[in-house]
Amino acid sequence: MTDDSLTQLPKKRFKIINLIWLIVLIAGLFISINVTNTHISVLLENFSQFSDIFVQMANPDWSYFPTVIPLLLETIKMAVLGTIIGSALAFVYSLLIARNIIKNKLVTGVLRFIMNIIRTIPDLLLGAIFVAIVGIGPVAGILALSVFTFGVVVKLFYEAIETIDPGPIEAMTAVGANKLQIICFAILPQVMTYFISYSLYAFEINVRASTVLGYIGAGGIGLYLQQTLQVFDYAKTGTIILVIIVVVVLIDYISSKSREALMK
Amino acid sequence: MTDSAIEPMIELRNVKKVYDKKVVGLKKVNLTINKGEFVVVVGLSGAGKSTLLRSINRLIDVTEGDILIDGKSITKARGKKLRLLRRNIGMIFQNFNLVKRSSVLRNVLAGRVAYYPTWKTIFNLFTKEDKERAYEALKQVDLADKVYARADELSGGQQQRVAIARVLMQNPKVILADEPTASLDPQTSLKVMEDLKMLNEKHGMTVIANLHSVELARKFGQRVIGIRAGEIIYDGKMSATPESVFTKIYNGGEDND
Repeated sequence: MTDDSLTQLPKKRFKIINLIWLIVLIAGLFISINVTNTHISVLLENFSQFSDIFVQMANPDWSYFPTVIPLLLETIKMAVLGTIIGSALAFVYSLLIARNIIKNKLVTGVLRFIMNIIRTIPDLLLGAIFVAIVGIGPVAGILALSVFTFGVVVKLFYEAIETIDPGPIEAMTAVGANKLQIICFAILPQVMTYFISYSLYAFEINVRASTVLGYIGAGGIGLYLQQTLQVFDYAKTGTIILVIIVVVVLIDYISSKSREALMK
Repeated sequence: MTDSAIEPMIELRNVKKVYDKKVVGLKKVNLTINKGEFVVVVGLSGAGKSTLLRSINRLIDVTEGDILIDGKSITKARGKKLRLLRRNIGMIFQNFNLVKRSSVLRNVLAGRVAYYPTWKTIFNLFTKEDKERAYEALKQVDLADKVYARADELSGGQQQRVAIARVLMQNPKVILADEPTASLDPQTSLKVMEDLKMLNEKHGMTVIANLHSVELARKFGQRVIGIRAGEIIYDGKMSATPESVFTKIYNGGEDND
């Protein structure tokens, strides 16, 4: 008690190694700036040009509007088809990787590994792959969106299946039901609303993703986006961007409202 | 009931259950339950009552021994054979285990699926007779007005009675009731137990019920089985069972620890 070395807050020991790490990090930062030749001025250099383009885009060319509509519809069709195909595949696949349905860990493990690989591929890369396989056009876009939707829905849906109340499964097992009957009577009634909700969510993402897929030749409105940008016709680009924003906002709104209603 | 029919319904032979190679659920249990009996199983939580019930319809696989249902081994049955044996054994759960988002009617019809080919049940093609039957079953548990209600709109007691209607629909020879009243208030518990009694007396089903309440056990059981630490320590007629037996079953566990 008489030892007053503990009555005061002891000083934290200064570690020389921390200082060395700090110096190394700062030096590394400056070296990498020099090596990659990245300067903040690069960002500002084109700023005058940006405001110039922005002014042009802010005065959209409305005569271009009728030309845009067919490809806009194609974009939405791509999103709808991609969502339906991808969700249907995800539905079946989720039932096969949910551990409360399939007890064999080897089967679920292998199937989950495949799922994880598919999920790592970004949508634009998928688009590029399918353009290479089936050629330029909306089919490539639909396939890309299908695979992308599959990745989104399968993950959310199998996790929803695994969190259900196991009681009804037990009850259906006890009445002598087989696996398909258990799925139909005990599992699906508990998760169907989740499935629809996740599919709508995937649809929202798909509408946004499909607008740029045309950029790489996978169909839809992205094609015009690329064409107008290439010829510096920013007034037309502005029209396209405005149309896309309106459609995306509208679909997002309807979709999220219906998802809210579903979950009640 | 007719005294000529003393036939075994369920036979457990040297049944042993070990969980995860360490925890013992049941130790060498031998037990015969006859047709038409109303058996009450009592014991502390964790004594092995649930394990006993769940091994009878193989919701749990036993480690050793054999269980016969009406002379047929359920421990050795696989696939369709196992499902047909299970069809003869109804079960009532503590948490009712209804599908909450489905209608009462669908929950009751679910008791019948093992009588149908799979594709018919998937497309919901139940016969008109079975739908009528489901309605009859609901009438018997006084829930005829709730046919099309969603199961989660009902109270706990009502949900348990829907589960009883589901068992009626299944039309089994045996009913396993795992703490059927544990999450219900005393009055509702009484009603549920009376429904079980109705199944036993009117439909001739053999009932085995795990109960916590000594009072309910005394009121409804014909035969009482006491379980402690995975062993049957008492088995006798309820009318001949003195109070001291219950004290031993419930308090005797302490000097064992």
